[in-house]
Amino acid sequence: MIRPQDLLCPKPEGLYCAPGDFYIDPVRPVARAVITHGHADHARAGHGAVLATRETLDIMGERYGAEFAGAMQAAAYGEAVPRDAVEVTLVPAGHVLGSAQAVVCWKGLTMVVSGDYKRRRDPTCPAFQPVPCDVFISEATFGLPVFRHPDDRDEIARLLRSVAQFPERSHLIGAYALGKAQRIIRLLREAGWDRPIYVHGALERLNALYEKHGVDLGPLEPATTGKKQDFEGQIIVAPPSATQDRWSRRFPDPVTAFASGWMQVRARARQRGVELPLVISDHADWDELTATVDELRPGELWITHGREEALARWADLHGVPARALALVGYEEEDDD
Amino acid sequence: MRAFAELLDRLSLTGSRNAKLTLVRDYLRETSDPDRGWALAALTGDLSFDAAKPAFIRKAVEERMDPQLFWWSYDYVGDLAETVALVWPARPGANREPQLSEVVDALRGASRAEVQRLIEGWLDALQPTGRWALLKLMTGALRVGLTARLAKRAAADMGPEPVPVADVEEIWHALHPPYEDLFAWLEGRGERPSSENPGRFRPAMLAQAIDEAVDFAKLDPADYAAEWKWDGIRVQAVNEGGVRRLYTRTGDDISKSFPDVVDALQAEGVIDGELLVMRDGKVASFADLQQRLNRKTVDAKALAAFPAAIRAYDILAQGAEDTRVLPFAERRKRLEAFVAKEASPRIDLSPMQPFEGWPQLAALRADPPPGDPQVAEGLMLKRWDSIYEAGRPKGPWFKWKRDPYLIDAVLMYAQRGHGKRSSFYSDYTFGVWTEDEAGQRLLTPVGKAYFGFTDEELKQIDKFVRDNTIERFGPVRSVRAEPHAGLVFEVAFEGLQRSTRHKSGVAMRFPRINRIRWDKPPGEADELPTLERMLAQMEGR
Repeated sequence: MIRPQDLLCPKPEGLYCAPGDFYIDPVRPVARAVITHGHADHARAGHGAVLATRETLDIMGERYGAEFAGAMQAAAYGEAVPRDAVEVTLVPAGHVLGSAQAVVCWKGLTMVVSGDYKRRRDPTCPAFQPVPCDVFISEATFGLPVFRHPDDRDEIARLLRSVAQFPERSHLIGAYALGKAQRIIRLLREAGWDRPIYVHGALERLNALYEKHGVDLGPLEPATTGKKQDFEGQIIVAPPSATQDRWSRRFPDPVTAFASGWMQVRARARQRGVELPLVISDHADWDELTATVDELRPGELWITHGREEALARWADLHGVPARALALVGYEEEDDD
Repeated sequence: MRAFAELLDRLSLTGSRNAKLTLVRDYLRETSDPDRGWALAALTGDLSFDAAKPAFIRKAVEERMDPQLFWWSYDYVGDLAETVALVWPARPGANREPQLSEVVDALRGASRAEVQRLIEGWLDALQPTGRWALLKLMTGALRVGLTARLAKRAAADMGPEPVPVADVEEIWHALHPPYEDLFAWLEGRGERPSSENPGRFRPAMLAQAIDEAVDFAKLDPADYAAEWKWDGIRVQAVNEGGVRRLYTRTGDDISKSFPDVVDALQAEGVIDGELLVMRDGKVASFADLQQRLNRKTVDAKALAAFPAAIRAYDILAQGAEDTRVLPFAERRKRLEAFVAKEASPRIDLSPMQPFEGWPQLAALRADPPPGDPQVAEGLMLKRWDSIYEAGRPKGPWFKWKRDPYLIDAVLMYAQRGHGKRSSFYSDYTFGVWTEDEAGQRLLTPVGKAYFGFTDEELKQIDKFVRDNTIERFGPVRSVRAEPHAGLVFEVAFEGLQRSTRHKSGVAMRFPRINRIRWDKPPGEADELPTLERMLAQMEGR
């Protein structure tokens, strides 16, 4: 009898597939890796061979240089790729550009590793695609019932109201450099903000890469030139760490905003000195996590990282046996 | 409700006073009557609901969801109202979001049983921020970092032509929510509402703290009168058109707690002074006054044991005449005559303290003359020519507080803070050395402080606490505190009181961390007898 743990099991390096001899999102260098998406805690440099989507490989190349792994293989969404006795298929996860779930099939057993994912619309990447499976291996970054992300358009509308209300101040948005920043810019464009958006230098290469992959970000300007008063009434996007750095002193009395799922909790906003929290996340919120488990009804739910206990309890209460893997090495969103 | 919720949400995260003013002003401009009036009443603390008690909310939420999941959520968020607002499992088919005025009307009229049903329905219909605002509104404690005065200021600015905030404060006590007449006036659509409300509160004039290094060089001592700063609470006593009232300096009516003082008001007029407990014309301690404060009703025993009185220092109206436009020198003459005519042991005059120049006054402040000045908080300086101006104008009045008392104490326990400090151990209990019956030297707690340090120092203390934890009790950690290992704080405080609640027998007033003595071994911190000597000195003047 085939047991799921014969196909995938947690090891210190990450989730290991013995029959295919590869790791998924390993946190240390390994011989063969499947990478679900380009965030640094999932996509590290120095592996022997890497299988990922073309976009994810491009992101890794941009971050680590072209020689980031011994060999690279791009897989299109939905294309089944053999790895020894195992078949690996990458399907959209809706997290960031290039993000994928890894669907692993072996001897009639299907296990899906979600990577990081979300279920709602994101103008910068294709939507999450549910795949029926025996075992669903989910993240649980926002695995508590307090995390109910509002409609991102409402959050952007709140930001634009504030820009109109404080025309003499600038609005400085902290947004993770990969994915969040481009999504915020795209959402602003969809809301009708067609003026230049000023960006921190650390975002420029990833912005260019998104544009290359067909995401139109509109007019962008570097936030490093110009006089203080030039930024009155303007929107600036920067990595979260820069918003409280001395770098931000160049702007007139900035309203500090931060786009993150953690902003749902007031104390988190206060701790970071955020005046305008924007609850916009690239992860599934509680409703999305539970709805996904409900929709897939897998034979078992495994939980990789985040607040495992609450999601595990919910699944048990709803008749899906759940198990927390407690993988280490994955950071919480925006904890940079 | 949505706009009001967004306003509270933004206020709670905005530190800048100007930004808060803009937020409230714009809300008042963009919101129609009567919603904006109810919002203003909520912001100024003039709205409360008796029937709405939040205790049932927790039960209601646990009936709707797994209690374990609720508990984990509450544990993570740390605030009950916020947790409920976020996790509330709305029943499907909820109705439309209520208007603020609908909520207020219903809460004012409803019985306790009806209120529960109403609130559950509103929670179903609202978004998380709206739910949070609703729960805050119900409990009556908005805690969004906005004073009533600032809210009135925003109202004063809301019209096409802003008016002075004192004009709003002057009529405030004649107004009733939802203030439609006020907004009509501010927007230029109506007459100024009448302030002719006998017995109304007059906005108080407040003093700036003097900056010794800067201000004295610029001030001419001949321009200023000096008097002692009494250690009670600031009050305004009004006797007008047969209405007699006692107000705090923010306009709260405390007449019911002090019938003895109110009864003493005989002549028509308004006086500004300090409320104190006085026995045979001598000022008693603030601790005695506390026996009378915070009581809704008073019994004969308390009245006899803690007789209250006013020490008057200004006069705002005499008979029907508004005296606030007169210079202080003239008001002082009027006040002296007024108090003499009252001839009541419940109303005496705050004496002037003559002085020749700033050095002499400094010497008086450091070493006050015998009698009541020994228990004064410091000195007040008032320009002889200053009119009585609402607010805190810079220049006419200064307060010059006595230097605080200082001791070195040892950190014993640290507790997690609230709000933006919820990830820091920021509330500290500290102690001094004493001896137990066996002659063993040990620490006894003498106070608790949670400010006086910079953000950078907070980080350092927080690290010290985490690195030196001995035991954990929920949010509290006990910290290593031995003669050669531990952390010493130089603690500043305004005074000492005897206390039966504290094991050490003393309690500090207004303690704060003055300095962190990283260099000092805890063994060299102060001892309890030092505090006892200080206390004896304060009492035995």
